[in-house]
Amino acid sequence: MDITVNILLTIATAATPLLIAAIGELVVERSGVLNLGVEGMMIMGAVGGFGAGYLTGSPWIGLLAAIALGALFSLLFAVMTLSLATNQVATGLSLTLLGLGLSGMMGTSFVGQPGQRLPNLDIPGLTSLPVVGRLLFGQDPIFYISIALTAAVMWFLFKTRTGLTLRSIGDSHTSAHALGIHVIRYRYLAVIFGGACAGLAGGHLSLVYTPQWVENMTAGRGWIALALVVFASWRPWRVLAGAYIFGAVWIGQLHAQAFGIPVPSQLLSSLPYLATVVVLVLISRNKRLTMMNTPASLGQPFVPDR
Amino acid sequence: MSANQDGANLLEVRGLTKIFGTLTACDHVDLNIAKGEIHALLGENGAGKSTLVKMLFGSLEPNSGEIFWNGQVVRIANPGFAKKLGIGMVFQHFSLFEALTAAENIALSLDDGSPISTIAAKARALSYSYGLPLDPESLVGDLSVGERQRIEIIRCLLQTPQLIILDEPTSVLTPQEADKLFETLERLRSEGKSILYISHRLEEVKRICDRATVLRHGKVVGHCNPREETAASLARMMVGNEVKAVVRAPAEGIETAQPLLEIRALSRKPATPFSIPLKNINLNVRAGEVIGIAGVAGNGQGEFFESVSGEVLQQDTASVRIRGKDAGGLGITGRRLMGAAFVPEERLGHGAAPRMKLSENLLLSRHATDGKVFVGAGGMVKSEAIYSAAQRIIKAMDVRKSAPDPEAAALSGGNLQKFIVGRELDRKPGVMVVNQPTWGVDAGAAAHIRQALIELARSGSAVLVISQDLDELFEISDSIAVMHNGALSRPLPIAEATFEKIGLLMGGAEPGHAEHTLETA
Repeated sequence: MDITVNILLTIATAATPLLIAAIGELVVERSGVLNLGVEGMMIMGAVGGFGAGYLTGSPWIGLLAAIALGALFSLLFAVMTLSLATNQVATGLSLTLLGLGLSGMMGTSFVGQPGQRLPNLDIPGLTSLPVVGRLLFGQDPIFYISIALTAAVMWFLFKTRTGLTLRSIGDSHTSAHALGIHVIRYRYLAVIFGGACAGLAGGHLSLVYTPQWVENMTAGRGWIALALVVFASWRPWRVLAGAYIFGAVWIGQLHAQAFGIPVPSQLLSSLPYLATVVVLVLISRNKRLTMMNTPASLGQPFVPDR
Repeated sequence: MSANQDGANLLEVRGLTKIFGTLTACDHVDLNIAKGEIHALLGENGAGKSTLVKMLFGSLEPNSGEIFWNGQVVRIANPGFAKKLGIGMVFQHFSLFEALTAAENIALSLDDGSPISTIAAKARALSYSYGLPLDPESLVGDLSVGERQRIEIIRCLLQTPQLIILDEPTSVLTPQEADKLFETLERLRSEGKSILYISHRLEEVKRICDRATVLRHGKVVGHCNPREETAASLARMMVGNEVKAVVRAPAEGIETAQPLLEIRALSRKPATPFSIPLKNINLNVRAGEVIGIAGVAGNGQGEFFESVSGEVLQQDTASVRIRGKDAGGLGITGRRLMGAAFVPEERLGHGAAPRMKLSENLLLSRHATDGKVFVGAGGMVKSEAIYSAAQRIIKAMDVRKSAPDPEAAALSGGNLQKFIVGRELDRKPGVMVVNQPTWGVDAGAAAHIRQALIELARSGSAVLVISQDLDELFEISDSIAVMHNGALSRPLPIAEATFEKIGLLMGGAEPGHAEHTLETA
């Protein structure tokens, strides 16, 4: 029983950073902007979170620093692509490269240092309940944030007027502009929200997952988050499903490798990617729904003529 | 007519000027709109009508000039401010969101924050009271162009504007739908609202408008009462000189001529959730004749053109036959080699590569059919032969341009269209298929293109023209078929066709049923 609970806990820990980064990028892409710099913003969040936690001794300050650094880094992307109308794909890619390089430089003195870890939630009485206690009431705070964030984004996008406006901009920025909607302002806010989420996801890696600083510690998670958004056809609950499927298969194959199952380890390592893609493609079979949820102006620069 | 006697101007425009680079799109334009009048804004494509209304709606900023609203100077900085003043706009190119419902689309332009369900109920009530029934829950992507325009109009009316700007509203409507719109406009006028009506359909303007302002090359060239003018005199004001009428020589011996283009039971599944399936289309186009295909935009004309031109291949190779041979499995080049030529609707990006020179665009479409002339040994391009062929086409079609061999994107829409049509005519194709031959082309150039298409047919080719412009089809076609919801009606010989019959077919009436009711009426 204990083993099962432990496995479930590790799955949640593996899925949380993917979920947060992907939910942030989902909002960005729903506004019609493609930010390929998730990996870069995430690693900036990771190094910022670790550094601030290490220097101040407070993991909470580290958490705030991770969010702030991710948001600040995305602001760079926003200024380039929205105000200066640069190519979003190229700018996003360079943001990732810049983030990986810059974080390595900032983190040279952090390598090998002990980090701060965010404490798990501990509610007397509840957390000690058998089985469900630790799963529901004993996880790290970012886990709860990730679930709340998913629900909040779902509510925002599909139940509020502002969310409707954001989706309309993603569908057609020229139509939105013709109606007098401030396309650029909305996109700025969406991009910065996405950056803050990516930073938070990075902070989870260096403050919860492995409380230490290792260069390139995001290890491609930003790219997985990007892929999740597309395969989940821009719908929040599918992103959640995708992140947990990935997390589950990831943890599963690690255990399988440890048991020494006679399958090449490379094949096992590729399983999470394969399984996530297959499941998400299967649930996205409805072409009509996919069409309705795909932001039609994704990746196109918008320059209003005056 | 009665309401505008008090002389109060709702909107006055003085000396409004807008300059794009070296082009003065609007040059010191003056315009007065009285309360309770329908004011027409006339002019050819590129005369500056759209630029002017965009400035009135705040989506463009004028370089100089003043706008007075109820006698007060205003600066309309953005569409939001225009809406606050009481200016509503129904756009020519719809500003709707396809992936959202009608109600959501309407909600986006209202800033009152009321829930979607309230807005849906209001929109439904208003739409029925104006006789423009609308289902607020339907997805815009699923609606016909006429229905989409209803959303635009209802959206505009819900903002209770004092001035409503309509940009080419009837270009996508059937004649019957247009009648419905005119009733709505007359009702709005009787409620004291002002309407600025932009159209190039002069009969309509004569029918519903109280006054007209005519623009030519960005300048106001006249004001008039359209009811006292004839369509010809209005056209003269717009163009600046007489427009040569198109002459359709009688087609002789068409009945016995060979069909050069045969469409047999052509069907196609919808490619995307929002596109139209083609349903069992049959059509023969014989040597010497022009067949027109009418229809409201978005009824499968684009899908039909793609299937006939070979942009999309057919499973059944016999569903498209060119000069007696199956062509359904061949691509565009294969079909061109059989003697067919195609002019797609979209000029830039489809009909021509925008950043390439005209001569290069000529080579792109004819390297296979004219391989011997344009391409030498070892695949080397013969630049001089291509250049002189391009110059020949430019001369034959009277293409006006700024450089000897400019990039396609540097030409105005009308001149580029003349070049693209001329490029295909120059081959003397046995089969010519054209989608929207004169869309956005000024009257003079349009007459030139139409005349050339008729002459091509009379010299023994089969010509198929898909167009939304009914006047054009009546001018050039020997028979007219109507496309509705992916199905094609039997072609009506031009002697039997009337606007009313074609209009009913465009609205989806059963062919047999339509003829029956008309004969008894």
